[in-house]
Amino acid sequence: MNWIQVGKLEDIPRQGSRVVKTATGEIALFRSIDDQVFALNNRCPHKGGPLSQGIVHGKRVTCPLHSWVIDLESGSAIAPDTGCAHRHEVRIAHGVLFLEVEAGVCKD
Amino acid sequence: MATNKMRLVVIGNGMAGIRTIEELLKMSADEFDITVFGAEPQPNYNRILLSPVLSGEMKFQDTVLNDWSWYEENHITLHTGKTVTKIDRVRCTVETEDGIITPYDRLLIATGSNPIMLPVPGIDLPGVVAYRSIADVNGMLGMAGMGSRAVVIGGGLLGLEAANGLAMRGMNVSVVHLCGWLMERQLDETGGGLLREALEKRGMKFFLSRQTEAILGETAVTGLRFKDGEEIPADLVVMSAGIRPNIALAKSAGIHCERGIVVSDTMQTFDPKIYSVGECVQHRSQTYGLVAPLFEQAKVAANHLARYGRMRYEGSAVSTKLKVTGIDLFSAGDFNPGPEDEELLLQDAARGVYKKLVLRDNKLRGAVMYGDTLGGPWYFRMMRDGTDVSAMREHLLFGESHIGDSGHGGVSAVANMPDSAEVCGCNGVCKGDIVNAIIEKKLFTLEEVRAHTKASASCGSCTGLVEAILANTLGADYSAKPSKKPVCACTEAAHQEVRQSIRERSLKTIPEVMRALEWKTPDGCHVCRPALNYYLLAAWPGEYLDDSRSRFINERVHANIQKDGTYSVIPRIWGGVTSPAALRSIAEIAERHQVPTVHITGGQRIGLYGITKENLPKMWAELVAAGFVSGHAYGKSLRTVKTCVGSEWCRFGTQDSTALGIRVEKMTWGSWMPHKFKIAVSGCPRNCAEATIKDFGVVCVDSGYEIHVGGNGGIKVRVTDFLCKVDNEAEVLEYCGAFMQLYREQANYQDRTAPWLERVGLPYIKRHIVDDAQGRAELYVRFLKSQQYSQDDPWKERVQGKDTHEYVALATI
Repeated sequence: MNWIQVGKLEDIPRQGSRVVKTATGEIALFRSIDDQVFALNNRCPHKGGPLSQGIVHGKRVTCPLHSWVIDLESGSAIAPDTGCAHRHEVRIAHGVLFLEVEAGVCKD
Repeated sequence: MATNKMRLVVIGNGMAGIRTIEELLKMSADEFDITVFGAEPQPNYNRILLSPVLSGEMKFQDTVLNDWSWYEENHITLHTGKTVTKIDRVRCTVETEDGIITPYDRLLIATGSNPIMLPVPGIDLPGVVAYRSIADVNGMLGMAGMGSRAVVIGGGLLGLEAANGLAMRGMNVSVVHLCGWLMERQLDETGGGLLREALEKRGMKFFLSRQTEAILGETAVTGLRFKDGEEIPADLVVMSAGIRPNIALAKSAGIHCERGIVVSDTMQTFDPKIYSVGECVQHRSQTYGLVAPLFEQAKVAANHLARYGRMRYEGSAVSTKLKVTGIDLFSAGDFNPGPEDEELLLQDAARGVYKKLVLRDNKLRGAVMYGDTLGGPWYFRMMRDGTDVSAMREHLLFGESHIGDSGHGGVSAVANMPDSAEVCGCNGVCKGDIVNAIIEKKLFTLEEVRAHTKASASCGSCTGLVEAILANTLGADYSAKPSKKPVCACTEAAHQEVRQSIRERSLKTIPEVMRALEWKTPDGCHVCRPALNYYLLAAWPGEYLDDSRSRFINERVHANIQKDGTYSVIPRIWGGVTSPAALRSIAEIAERHQVPTVHITGGQRIGLYGITKENLPKMWAELVAAGFVSGHAYGKSLRTVKTCVGSEWCRFGTQDSTALGIRVEKMTWGSWMPHKFKIAVSGCPRNCAEATIKDFGVVCVDSGYEIHVGGNGGIKVRVTDFLCKVDNEAEVLEYCGAFMQLYREQANYQDRTAPWLERVGLPYIKRHIVDDAQGRAELYVRFLKSQQYSQDDPWKERVQGKDTHEYVALATI
């Protein structure tokens, strides 16, 4: 595993999201109301909408383009829609965020 | 199972009982050990679809709603083919005929109804069947041979569906009916007559105003004798003279029953541990025989079983459709006019169309439609909403299309639409897709159809049509959504309830509202949070702190997101009047930022497209320096005030429409609304600024200013309604502010002025804005007060550093 430090928990607003730019595309980091952090590729499985711009609610985000709802833990679209935004591991240590970039996997 | 879970026993494995369990599982999946007893040997099936099974259009398997595995997956103990014969309310147990004794903590009785068997001689003969269950259908099919003769007793909804099904199986079918016309509970005499003619053309015979005296035959049915002595031959007699709530079991247990099992608004019987739903209940003196009310009841019962304890069932308004392929009829409400009622009629024999509307005090009380039923859901909606229809009275009979639904106005009979006809233009959904989804996925509600097909999920203009298809596909038992529509799945509260609670209970933050109204989710969803944020903002101007996390992206970053994730920037151009210097600065800024597209908008402004998010603050800084403010082209807010050049230049101009438009825009810009809001001011009745398709339009005339409200362009074009004429510009400003404030304070979030106005009715608006001078002045004051807090340019604030985190990446790696 290759953990990269990307910022602090407080840099992401609660119920909000920030983007980390990588050579292979953007990764969106989401912070839920109870301060959990999730990371997904910043592309909706539907039409590639930037998930980081959506409204975060519970452990879900709603894509700003066509209101698909994506589960932040798995990256999967909520039924009846189907599809998956690749997820990444995030760790919080003393308020600092570490991101695992390589393992862009779908978890169903 | 030795657990300390609550034990729930359900008597009745039909649609009401199982729907309640489904609702309960959604709310608290693990709280109950559930046992279900069903007298029929099948799992829960869709009773509505018995008619197509009878006619051969569907197979029984297609009607199963919950197959065996569903019960297993949800750990439900199921006893089929077991009739419960005893409820012991002291020991809290139920007992079946073969001696299974099951204890309960909560009991749900959903025993449905029984067909009424006429007390005539011969009723027990082989060949006499009811029409209530799949067993009855199989019984009929066993006897239905080509050319054999069937007599259906009862010309109501079910009887006619049975008759149609048997006719399609090749039988010679006669229908005997006590009343002078068919379906007298749903149709008036004329409608019933049209229906009879249509069915006669299909070869059915009718014996109306006839009473059956005896069923004839020695060992099996051979015929029927009427009271007047006439006899007709029959190989099969179908009893369809009505249904009666099945209350024998409840009654024997001492539970209070009248016609049905009497329940309260929480679906509780007189024994607080025992609930009841479906056709067996009597609620507020009403019994129901349709599916929609039963689903509403299931929701309420589940809510109380799960101990949320906040929903009430308040009765249902029902509408009916006959499920006979190729025959379109619809009825709702009370359509037999009394002395104080008025009647509107339309009859077109050549087209086979008949419509009757019954009004009282300018409100719809009932509707009967035959031949063209597309407007049915619309009439039904207005009946439930209590809309004042006096302003649209002359067009009312012609349906919604004649008051503005041009998008789908051309489609009349849903049943006759080909499967390939596109219904939802936004998402490319055809009629066939919707019908298939309804049948295969077993959908019942508009919301379910939206989730599965996306039809009507975008702009919503085809909602009426989708509802009509749903009604047509589900047939008799469909009725439109309950009048109380929750904001979203997070809550049971409707929009107006939320607004009222915010005001009356002085709720000041989103978490406070969610706590007070018992939201089911910890922090709402993308549907309710923006609505709550707006309601709080509108209720407490200057006091409520806007929650940017509950704003849709466009309003959060003050730019309009495009399909590729870039944004558009549209500066405000007051009244559409610009100058060479202003144009030059926009041109230079566009050039410097290499803007891919510069476009003149429909609202007399200039749009710059393809701006990346990081670049927004830089571009705004330059625009702000050149004297521009945000055009709010991205918000549920005032968009633009379109004007023509008016009396300053135009040889027809009657007033200075340009200057007036600029005054109006300076007063109204920056205000947040339930939806976007457009204004225009035209200098003469030629109306070049298109003021009569705006939310608020002013048409200048020689003697003053005409004020028009509630229009919009777009998919569902709606021309404004004329509100009144005023004498001077000051009055225009006051009426404009007052109208906007009324809309801001009262409309549902996401409703533009047109649907809001159609719901409350134009007379309501006139009462508040035109007739009540005091009320108008107060609305105007409240509007101006709220504007004190909303006219800070959001672009300038962000240039100065507000919300910087929205525009820059967290890290680049």
